[in-house]
Amino acid sequence: MATFKVIGIAPSPYTQRVLVVLNEKGADYFLQEIDRMGNAQKKPEHLLLQPFGQIPVIQDGDFTLFESRAIVRYIADKYEGQGPSLYGKTLEERALVEQWLAVEVEEFDSPTGAAVFQLVFGPKYVGIPTDEAIVSSSLEKLAKVLDVYEAHLSKSKFLAGDFLSIADLVHLPLLFFLVTVGNRGEVVTSRKHVKAWYETMSSLPSWYKVLSLLSP
Amino acid sequence: MAAIKVIGVPTSTCTQRVLVVLIEKGAEYVIQPLDMMNGAHKKPEHLAIQPFGQIPVIVDGTFTLFESRGIVRYLADKYEGQGPSLYGKTLHEKALVEQWLAVEIAITAAVVQLVLGPKFRGIPTDEAIVYSSLEKLEKVLDVYEAHLAKSKFLAGDFLSIADLVQLPFLFLLVEVAKRGEVVTSRKHVHKWYETISSLPSWKKVLSLYAWVLLT
Repeated sequence: MATFKVIGIAPSPYTQRVLVVLNEKGADYFLQEIDRMGNAQKKPEHLLLQPFGQIPVIQDGDFTLFESRAIVRYIADKYEGQGPSLYGKTLEERALVEQWLAVEVEEFDSPTGAAVFQLVFGPKYVGIPTDEAIVSSSLEKLAKVLDVYEAHLSKSKFLAGDFLSIADLVHLPLLFFLVTVGNRGEVVTSRKHVKAWYETMSSLPSWYKVLSLLSP
Repeated sequence: MAAIKVIGVPTSTCTQRVLVVLIEKGAEYVIQPLDMMNGAHKKPEHLAIQPFGQIPVIVDGTFTLFESRGIVRYLADKYEGQGPSLYGKTLHEKALVEQWLAVEIAITAAVVQLVLGPKFRGIPTDEAIVYSSLEKLEKVLDVYEAHLAKSKFLAGDFLSIADLVQLPFLFLLVEVAKRGEVVTSRKHVHKWYETISSLPSWKKVLSLYAWVLLT
């Protein structure tokens, strides 16, 4: 019986980040879905675990941790000796993983998140229509960022080097929602190396396992 | 060990993050200033090492690294055996440092909107944005207040990079934007801020650009 609990919901990109990394590591865990529509994340029981009222949260035995970006690093550290090394094997490799994790925060998350919210989550979960102006301006910003990724990935198989890492995987869920669910992936598919990188990641068995949790 | 070269300017909050960690660790460094006013960060020589055209960048021997959030973690790892342990000593401690490093992102975003936009990027202060940024900041600091009532520093009873990365931005908010009430009105946040802003390492960073504060 797994003692590693993930509290979140299957369709949330930030929960999915954690799940795909757990799957890559072949770690045992179970997902406890919360009633997002019923606002469970703002209730006292949840706030005790996550004071900002967000998901995901993990409970590994009696150790609680929140923020998907912290959780994926914890998993990579804890399962260092198991599965692919998702955090690099040397001081410098790890630093490069951290560099691209920082780029995801600073450059990628905001425009991609805004576009995906407008295209998918707003209409589907909040009942607000897509604001195309926000989509366009977000994709314009993302295009400039992906130009840099394109140049980099033409010389590097993955972001931190020739090995898959958590720096790559943190991008996967939002890219999936943009390209495959939101159908606005030209900004990705028009860039040869970004496209190949996305296709490699989205073909991982560990990602299929995450998708299998989604209902149509 | 050869000195680490820091390409940046001491007036930049992100460069300051790197400097305060270097100084806490007692590591040797040298600042190579970049003429940002004349667009040096967008020229090919700089873009070759930082393709997003930003600062800081560090050069450690033959190894180049960018993004202050990446750099501070590298420094904490590299100098693990030297100076205070800024990354925790156990798997769980490190995870908690990472948890609070992740929370920092929201504070920085709010401060950038409140302060850096108007002051340094010529973006006029939009009252609606100021209000919503302050609101977000207050909500985050409420959580900090409850947490710091039970924890001396963010990740536990030890100073870590999770505390240090916030310092330059909070300093801007309190001392430059004069919006310190959000900090001083919260007893434990205030105490924590006083502790970290009194660190000799932070005073050293301030001394590197004290002249700018006069303008």
